Amino acid sequence: MEALTAIVIGVLTAGAVYLMLARNFMRFLFGLILLSNAANLTIFASGRMTKGAPALVPYGEETPVGVVGNALPQALVLTAIVIGFGLLAFTLALAFEAYRRMDRIDTDEMRFAEPKEDTNK
Amino acid sequence: MNSIIFTAAARILVALLFVFSLFMLLRGHHLPGGGFIGGLIGAVSFIVYSLARGPAEARQALRMSPEAIAAIGLGIALLSGMVSFFMGDPLFTGQWYWVGGDSYETAAFSINSVLIFDVGVYLVVLGGILSLTYAFEEET
Amino acid sequence: MAEHSDPNAPWKTPAGMATTAITALLFLFFLRYLPTVAAGEPVRWVIPWIPSLDVNLSFWIDGLSLMFALLITGIGAMVMLYAARYLAGHPQYNRFALYLFSFMLSMLGLVLADNVIALFVFWELTTFTSYLLIGFSHTDPKSRRNALQALLLTAAGGLALLAGFIMIGVTQGTFELSEINAAGSLEGQPFYMLILILVLLGAFTKSAQVPFHFWLPNAMAAPTPVSAYLHSATMVKGGVYLLARMHPSLSGSDAWIWALSVFGAVTAVFASFMALRQTDLKQTLAYTTLMALGTLTMFLAGSTGYAITAAMTFLLVHSLYKAGLFLMIGVVDHATGTREAGVLGGLSKTMPITGAAAAAAALAMAGIPPFLGFIAKEVAYAGALEMRLWLFIVPMALIAFALMFAVAGIVAYKPFYGPQGDLPREPHEGPWPMLLGPVTLGVLGLLFGLLPGIGAYYLIEPAVDAVLGRPDTGGRVKLWAGFNLPLLLSLITFAVGFLLYQKHLQLRERLARIEARAPDLDAGWDVFLERFMAFSKVQTRVIQTGVLRQYMFATFAVFAVTVLFTFLARDLGALSVSFTGLSLMEWGVALLIAAGAVLVVLTSSRIVALVALGVVGIGVALIFIMYSAPDVAITQLLVELLVVVLLAFAFLKMPMLDTKGAQTHSFANGVLAVVVGSVTTLVILFVVDTPFDRRLTDFFEAASWTEAFGRNIVNVILVDFRTLDTFGEIAVVMIAALGAFALLKGFAKARAAKEDRK
Repeated sequence: MEALTAIVIGVLTAGAVYLMLARNFMRFLFGLILLSNAANLTIFASGRMTKGAPALVPYGEETPVGVVGNALPQALVLTAIVIGFGLLAFTLALAFEAYRRMDRIDTDEMRFAEPKEDTNK
Repeated sequence: MNSIIFTAAARILVALLFVFSLFMLLRGHHLPGGGFIGGLIGAVSFIVYSLARGPAEARQALRMSPEAIAAIGLGIALLSGMVSFFMGDPLFTGQWYWVGGDSYETAAFSINSVLIFDVGVYLVVLGGILSLTYAFEEET
Repeated sequence: MAEHSDPNAPWKTPAGMATTAITALLFLFFLRYLPTVAAGEPVRWVIPWIPSLDVNLSFWIDGLSLMFALLITGIGAMVMLYAARYLAGHPQYNRFALYLFSFMLSMLGLVLADNVIALFVFWELTTFTSYLLIGFSHTDPKSRRNALQALLLTAAGGLALLAGFIMIGVTQGTFELSEINAAGSLEGQPFYMLILILVLLGAFTKSAQVPFHFWLPNAMAAPTPVSAYLHSATMVKGGVYLLARMHPSLSGSDAWIWALSVFGAVTAVFASFMALRQTDLKQTLAYTTLMALGTLTMFLAGSTGYAITAAMTFLLVHSLYKAGLFLMIGVVDHATGTREAGVLGGLSKTMPITGAAAAAAALAMAGIPPFLGFIAKEVAYAGALEMRLWLFIVPMALIAFALMFAVAGIVAYKPFYGPQGDLPREPHEGPWPMLLGPVTLGVLGLLFGLLPGIGAYYLIEPAVDAVLGRPDTGGRVKLWAGFNLPLLLSLITFAVGFLLYQKHLQLRERLARIEARAPDLDAGWDVFLERFMAFSKVQTRVIQTGVLRQYMFATFAVFAVTVLFTFLARDLGALSVSFTGLSLMEWGVALLIAAGAVLVVLTSSRIVALVALGVVGIGVALIFIMYSAPDVAITQLLVELLVVVLLAFAFLKMPMLDTKGAQTHSFANGVLAVVVGSVTTLVILFVVDTPFDRRLTDFFEAASWTEAFGRNIVNVILVDFRTLDTFGEIAVVMIAALGAFALLKGFAKARAAKEDRK
């Protein structure tokens, strides 16, 4: 499954890159969402994938029985998902506020901090 | 969101979801669940409420501003981590007190810093996400 | 010209008195270490700072650092007292006192630091505080420009020094100076040449060696007490201190000997002539300082006992007399309103104490017995004769010392004992706080000369031992060393010096003519700065377009190219990829995700994009569910739900995806996207193909129940094993929430308030 996941990640990344190169800020945001999914899957897959055996210690046992899923990447991904959501929300707020102020969503024309220089200078 | 069925069902749904979120928080140490998941479910319950009755009423139901809840959660998490510091262990080492015994097997139950930390996580996630959602709901 | 203040203003301000007192106490504190250090026992204090990088706040007091520490605190206290009176009533005196005091502490840190990184930090702090001090008269554009020049030059040198220090640290495996020096010479190490060049760049810019000399005379734009302190006794000696400090590990090679000899000698002789050429006494002193720095550098080229003793003795005597002379010029300036050599004369009648102090300093400078200056000159000649390049050094030293003799006459003899001049103001004797410094320093110069044994035992010889990195025989510092070659050279010096003094007016005219034709490095600096700024402007315009797409394109392209290059450059072996054993369900989920991703890319409807994103999210959650990650799957589903909610809220007021006229799809972007995607897949395939290191996983599985009493290992990792991480993560969630809240609510409130006002 790791190999198939790697391909899925590749597709997600390609989509994310393409969207993040767009001029529309909303597309950029969609790209960001795809990219964070790809990143989470990357962490998950590089910890190797085990089917149908959650990382739990059964009652009455001291250690998990048999081979169970790798818990460490799961813990990392879990927090990464929540943080990724925070990041997304912040970016969305930024996009929204920028749109409200500048009345445009095209990043080429959002030049509040770096205004276009006079060409005749 | 003008559906009568949704508005009427929301009350029950919210209560159920909220209790479920606490259940997920408490069982997290042994079974899937925990502060992150519990907090997310708790946040969803209040979001459902705000969708049904509007953010103003949802804020009232919460009794406290979501930002304050998140801040309190962060404080609880930090304090639970600092307990070990005063016990002579490195910061954020789990501390366990057995009630009615001296080990897991003999004690009736335990008071531990780990669960308190998870409660902090729960509150931060709940408060943080509600703060975000309400801000979006009210401002957009 | 000068920043004269109200002579009747109260000068015993809290700022001035406190800084003076603390500095004097520090002086006494360091004085207590004299016997210990003289007995050959260096003192070391260590405060770990960044232990993981081996950066410590460690201090090391040996002969060299103690001598500097005493000069810094001793002269510092006098200068601060002097400045309190000199700038009395100045509206920004408190600021000045703060700058001066901070500088004193930075300089102290610089000479005491044992860790090279700490030394570098203090080094830059002295640069920075001296920038503030040189530019103290900030309303004057010239003063600002000179301050900036000093800052840029010495800070650039400082950066080179940092690189050198890091290379030394890596080569020797330690960043502690005491250990680096104990490890012996770096010569023969592969990076020795580079290290030497970098360290010398730092030292030469700080100590204003030719061709970096021009900032020092310009720095005289600072108030006189600053010149006395920074630009004679302390900061500019920082470079010399560094050369002395690194002497055990860097000296001895041909490169070291040639570089220090040539740069030092050229600086010394060039500066001596320039000193003769100046008419402003402060400028004259500035150039003699340059001369002293050159001489010190020149002698540090050697590794013999005499050469280093010469350097250390000269360092001591120079600090004493030069600080005294600068302070004296300030008194004269204060009293008469001018510093012009041609105007001043006959002041000894009205200013007898200043005159006496000036005479003592000048005699030391001229090297007349029984002043310490004489001994320094004798030892210097003895040292020069011992050096490998003596044929070059001895004549250079002779010219420099003779010129110094002449300059001593111009600076201190003529204004006081020469013919009466036409002064802009009726002179008067300076107030005592301004006389204490020059008098004390003058007396010390005489005392150390009369009793050379004490100065040698407590100050000079421990410093020499520290520089050499081994105990030296000592006993070289004597008032009377017998009839020998150095004495003869001394006599020649006096004769030549006297002749130069007699003819200095004619000589000055001739030098002025030469100077007019010589290339002006100072003007060159301005041109350089202008060009540099023009260049950076062009460069910024090219790189920083302000278009997000272009930044993103560059970022992704660099990622793809560097990773691909690594693949090609390294032979990673064969890759085994297998898709066996996969059920229809797994293929289905993979297809679902891929289809969702493609749909998001292609659609121009917001709702379709939202749904497609949801499909991707749920597909990913399915993978988590199938592959034993229930916690992650639940989280993923919940977050997916929240994303949809948030985006739906935002979409209510956001425009359509395809704004009219904007080009939406591009072939080049598509190619880059496919390349980055393929590279990512390739990387992950290689990663999962390597043998898996289960150590951490094994530990967590074994310890989850037995040590942390939790059966859900994922949760135990989150709230017990890696609690600090989790704490950081929830803090991030909180910050992101507050940031978004502030963005949405804060601006809304501000807008509402604006509306209200209208």
